[in-house]
Amino acid sequence: MTKLLIDGKEVDVPAEFTLLQACEAAGAEIPRFCYHERLSIAGNCRMCLVELKGSPKPVASCAWGVRDCRPGPNGELPEVSTKSPMVKKAREGVMEFLLINHPLDCPICDQGGECDLQDQAMGYGIDTGRFKENKRAVEDKYMGAVIKTSMSRCIQCTRCVRFTTEICGVPELGATGRGEDMEITTYLEGALTSELQGNLADICPVGALTSKPYAFTARPWELNKTESIDVTDAVGSAIRVDTRGREVMRILPRVNEAINEEWISDKTRHVVDGLRVQRLDRPYVRDNGRLREASWAEALATVAARVKAADGKRIGALAGDLAALEEMFALKDLMGRLGSVNLDARQDGSLVDPKWGRATYIFNPTIAGIEEADALLIVGANPRKEAALVNARIRKRWRSGALKVGVIGEQADLTYKYDYLGAGPDTLAEVASGKNAFATVLKNAKNPIVLIGAGALARRDGVAVGSLAARIAAECGALAEGWNGFAVLQNAASRVGAFDIGFTPGGGLTTAQMTTFGTLDVLFLLGADEVTVADGTFVVYIGTHGDRGAHRADVILPGAAYTEKSGLYVNTEGRLQLACRAAFPPGDAREDWAIIRALAEQLGHRLAYESLAELRHALTAAAPHLAAIDAIAPGSADDVRKLAALGGTPEKSAFASPVADFYLTNPIARASATLAECSSLMSTGRRLTAAE
Amino acid sequence: MSVRRLAPKELQPGSFAFTDENLAWAKATIAKYPEGRQASAVIPLLWRAQEQHDGWVSEAVIRYIADMLDMPIIRVLEVATFYTMFQLQPVGKKAHIQVCGTTPCMLRGSEKIIKICKTRINEHPFHLSADGNFSWEEVECLGACVNAPMVQVWKDTYEDLTEQSFNKLIDGFAAGNPPQPGPQNGRQFSAPEGGPTVLKTIGKVKS
Repeated sequence: MTKLLIDGKEVDVPAEFTLLQACEAAGAEIPRFCYHERLSIAGNCRMCLVELKGSPKPVASCAWGVRDCRPGPNGELPEVSTKSPMVKKAREGVMEFLLINHPLDCPICDQGGECDLQDQAMGYGIDTGRFKENKRAVEDKYMGAVIKTSMSRCIQCTRCVRFTTEICGVPELGATGRGEDMEITTYLEGALTSELQGNLADICPVGALTSKPYAFTARPWELNKTESIDVTDAVGSAIRVDTRGREVMRILPRVNEAINEEWISDKTRHVVDGLRVQRLDRPYVRDNGRLREASWAEALATVAARVKAADGKRIGALAGDLAALEEMFALKDLMGRLGSVNLDARQDGSLVDPKWGRATYIFNPTIAGIEEADALLIVGANPRKEAALVNARIRKRWRSGALKVGVIGEQADLTYKYDYLGAGPDTLAEVASGKNAFATVLKNAKNPIVLIGAGALARRDGVAVGSLAARIAAECGALAEGWNGFAVLQNAASRVGAFDIGFTPGGGLTTAQMTTFGTLDVLFLLGADEVTVADGTFVVYIGTHGDRGAHRADVILPGAAYTEKSGLYVNTEGRLQLACRAAFPPGDAREDWAIIRALAEQLGHRLAYESLAELRHALTAAAPHLAAIDAIAPGSADDVRKLAALGGTPEKSAFASPVADFYLTNPIARASATLAECSSLMSTGRRLTAAE
Repeated sequence: MSVRRLAPKELQPGSFAFTDENLAWAKATIAKYPEGRQASAVIPLLWRAQEQHDGWVSEAVIRYIADMLDMPIIRVLEVATFYTMFQLQPVGKKAHIQVCGTTPCMLRGSEKIIKICKTRINEHPFHLSADGNFSWEEVECLGACVNAPMVQVWKDTYEDLTEQSFNKLIDGFAAGNPPQPGPQNGRQFSAPEGGPTVLKTIGKVKS
């Protein structure tokens, strides 16, 4: 630790701190543009200048180490001033230079109101400029479907260049030319290929890079902000939903060091326009092959008539990827009262059984735990597509040089280098038997992780593959005291929660059996859109969007999307999180649990809860480990050992990622025009111009 | 300086590859740097590619070198656009004349040289002459201030120019018979004009 005197206040900070960090520790506010705590240090904006006693010039505090500060001649502490006249003048000078070429278009700029330059010009600048010449103008650049550029506003801090290179792992942005003519661009103005590129709009301190779909739609001060979580993948990123009136205008990340740090994926951010279109806003009933609008009473009566006529054993329910715990719990409750055990939330056809224990279906080492890992075996997963932020965390750890990665499965660009071991279970068996060189890497590692994708477990031989992966984890020391390195990477937000409350066939039919011809009379789809239901079954669809499920439905009961209801979700780590309501469901749509409760009442089964709070009480009573928000009830390593003992013979076929198209994995995303454009850009690999 | 962009699409050749000789040289250059630091060779390689490619760097050159050095293509573009000695537009086939316009040369008449460039080659720098054989640009100090004014063509400098000798120089390049590089007024290197003015007796035994 090193002692410093900052603004007359003594602080004791680690020697590896920068002066800027030390000043912050002393409670001083240092303005900055190019410095970002998650990116490398550039030191090119000069806004963070402070006075260091003994230095003839002000120093850039972001790039000056605490250990480089020299003591005074008699051994006095190094003295730093952040409020002296010299610092004030330096800041005013830097600000004047930055504003020389910055256009005065704040009134039409989307960053207005949340702009670092605007705020800091007010805080640290002066009221006039002395520059009388023409301002520099820069041509706008094309960067893809989600980033809009206004390059005249760029102050050349290069945060975006560092972000794409370091965090995204796609070094596609660069600064061409130099001096006044420096321009930020992609090569030949191609579209960026990162799934995290939406974050560029957040890290740009000015209005040069802004969100394209959000352009000119709202001002930050007219938005209501609701803190919530994301459900477009199983990561459960922390988000802030901004609404104006009843419309969701945009989604921004919130800082959650345990999960998403301060980034979110493009799917999370730009799913917004999908929440507005293709919505089911009133009940529908199928009449003579055509869906027609109906009242709630009529729709519920139609369902009740069919359910009453059916045998309990011939009724089933499937939960979709976006279903919250509450509605799954209520639906399970109802199904139990109807005498049915045909429940499943595994739309992908996986045969993972929650009875094996929690540790066999959650990401045991936790996402933040990746930063302690030193060896990682990825089995049958493409984390970049299935959980973009887990991939970003793996890349972060890999960049530190301490992580060795091996991949069995698809040989995809994961943004970090890895040893490609093989394509299928054969290679997995090789690693298990120690014949593969990577087995030694895992054995020698202190904190190894065996990451298995939900796709690998959803195969016909999923149990055998899972068992083999668990065996590797057990044998390489991944199940040690204080470290459980068996990590299942789920790709649906509802999956772990469904396992936790037992929304799986307890002796009843599985997804595959329920969607086969002739097995069921009535099937409830709780937002389940990834399955094709056979003819002959009466399908009740409770959901939000006119997607696959709604097209097949005989009765549609319109539900609420994740931004329109308060719902509990469990992410792939097994972390319970609460999504909050930011807007109201459109038209006659209602919250899903309330629909199920109303339906139960119609069927003569009164569910034992009148409100969401009562429902949650019942839920917690049934699944006590789901009591604390943001907490993880850890799984037991013995469960993984038991899974390893199951054995079985895997097939030969290669692993494939279950996520073929990152952008279009759920009904909301499929309704979004922005994500459709992202998807077409990604698949064609071709640059779209504004006219297309 | 102005914004530096790659030449328009219609001027860009589709591909580029080093000659065998240059390829061997490039491999030797890359080998000078430690394993994994091969990107350090980007400037020498771009320079050699420019020499091979008629004096300018095309988009294909940038792609080729990024590929060869296993570095992101945008990083090579950054280098190529940063350094003004990399020409991004086609230059004159016979000569690309770089006229020094910095103070000493300007005081000694570089403006007249530029005027000749404007009338004989093209009104604008970096533009080809009508026959495509010549182009010119004004550059910063080339370090031959004693012999001002001067120009550089390819790797050679032509110094102590007058309007007359510069016109002759252009004619020489046009005819494929350029003058001897160095001072064009007969003096040796930067020795005084008209022979030595001091130390005249050097070598002679004082009687």
